Amino acid sequence: MYSASDLRKGLKVQIDGEPYIIIEFEFSKPGKGQALYRTKMRNMITGNQFTQTYRSNDKFEKPDLEERTMQFLYSQDNEYHFMDTSSYEQIFLTREQLGDNVNFLVDNMEVQVLFFDNRPIDISLPIFVNLEVTRADPWVKGDTSGTDTKPVTVETGYRLQVPPFVNQGDRIQIDTRTGEYITRVKE
Amino acid sequence: MLPPRRLQQRSRLLQAVRSFFLSRQYLEVDTPVLLSELIPESQIVPYRCEERFLQTSPELCMKLLLARGCPRLFQICHCFRKGEAGRYHRSEFTMLEWYHAGWGYGELMAEVEELVQALAREGDFPALDDGGGLRRQGRQVDLQSPWERLTVDEAFRRYAGIPARAALADDRFDELLVTRVEPHLGWQRPVFLCDYPVELGSLARRKAEDPQLAERFELYIAGIELANGFSELTDPAEQEERFAGEIRAIRAAGRPAAMPHRFLDTLAAMPETAGIALGFDRLLMLLSGADRIAEVLALDPESW
Repeated sequence: MYSASDLRKGLKVQIDGEPYIIIEFEFSKPGKGQALYRTKMRNMITGNQFTQTYRSNDKFEKPDLEERTMQFLYSQDNEYHFMDTSSYEQIFLTREQLGDNVNFLVDNMEVQVLFFDNRPIDISLPIFVNLEVTRADPWVKGDTSGTDTKPVTVETGYRLQVPPFVNQGDRIQIDTRTGEYITRVKE
Repeated sequence: MLPPRRLQQRSRLLQAVRSFFLSRQYLEVDTPVLLSELIPESQIVPYRCEERFLQTSPELCMKLLLARGCPRLFQICHCFRKGEAGRYHRSEFTMLEWYHAGWGYGELMAEVEELVQALAREGDFPALDDGGGLRRQGRQVDLQSPWERLTVDEAFRRYAGIPARAALADDRFDELLVTRVEPHLGWQRPVFLCDYPVELGSLARRKAEDPQLAERFELYIAGIELANGFSELTDPAEQEERFAGEIRAIRAAGRPAAMPHRFLDTLAAMPETAGIALGFDRLLMLLSGADRIAEVLALDPESW
């Protein structure tokens, strides 16, 4: 069981027998008031979304998911194909099912594919992935926006904010839970 | 990691706040963080530290000093509240708290308005513009007087379509406040939300004209709750009764709680006072244009 204080973006819970993933999450607590856990949930089978505010004493069941290690092969149109590394069985998931995970998928990457009732419904990525910066704009010094970062694009097409010293061709480590830059890596 | 620029802004704001209060003859104090007695508040969970507690606010200690004859006090200190981590929350955060004997909450509202305007005049914060405006999420908040004062009941009727009392009776007060009311508050000018149902101000004096309301206010700027102030309750008998209600609620939630008798014993000696607690980190967020509280902390207590 999870309690409301365990809720966070990306957590999977079971509601009325179906698996849901939290796609947006915000902790709120008005002064002297109660803690509120505001979520947007996506049904991992139907894709339907709803928003709901929970309180500290709410409890959630863990969904009954089976994990299998699979390798990402390729994407075609809207389909992302994976292969079981021991049985060589192939399956695919749609872009909608993968959501933000597509930002971090590169060919041959090993991921955990999640099955509910023998149907693939999602993947779980390594927490950290290393990706190559394919486009980096020069940093504008004296930028008055109050930030000390600049945007870059990585090999998957994903854009994120990084420190000014990151250049095109560098490999950087990204936290797949937050989508944020962690460090520059040497390989 | 906090870029040096943000650290410099934090340091500058600390100094500017101190200058403001020292120039107004406030005494800066630093009271103990480790306490054997706590103010019982049903929605605030303290950290236990061996046989004592980490302070959830400096209120208890500062009121003891007021009772001993210090009429104007301010403090900038760290406070600790279990389970509070989010975009605007940290389980360890910095509080600016001050008390002024002889005042009611109205005078304190005027003073926090002057404080924020004085800090804005310092000028050098990225979210401020030359005309006394604060930029936030592509909008502009005018910091010039007069700031709006809106009663809690007016705000609930206007934005949630329900009287505040009815929301409280339905146990939906906090939810409607967060989802329907707060997002609208303080976008043209900062707004004081004032006169809370007395159940939601266990340390605040009742309003003479309407004893079902407490003389409590919250300051909102750009939808962010920044400060909470009261005309302080100074009657020990009524304070004990209100605490008893809080203690029942804490125990109903399965947590231990005790009546702070030493605090109640000294309350009779405390003069009529107004007091306010302001989230220093949130103020810095607003002035520096930060999206999340973690961006303005020297080190983030939730991630290291």
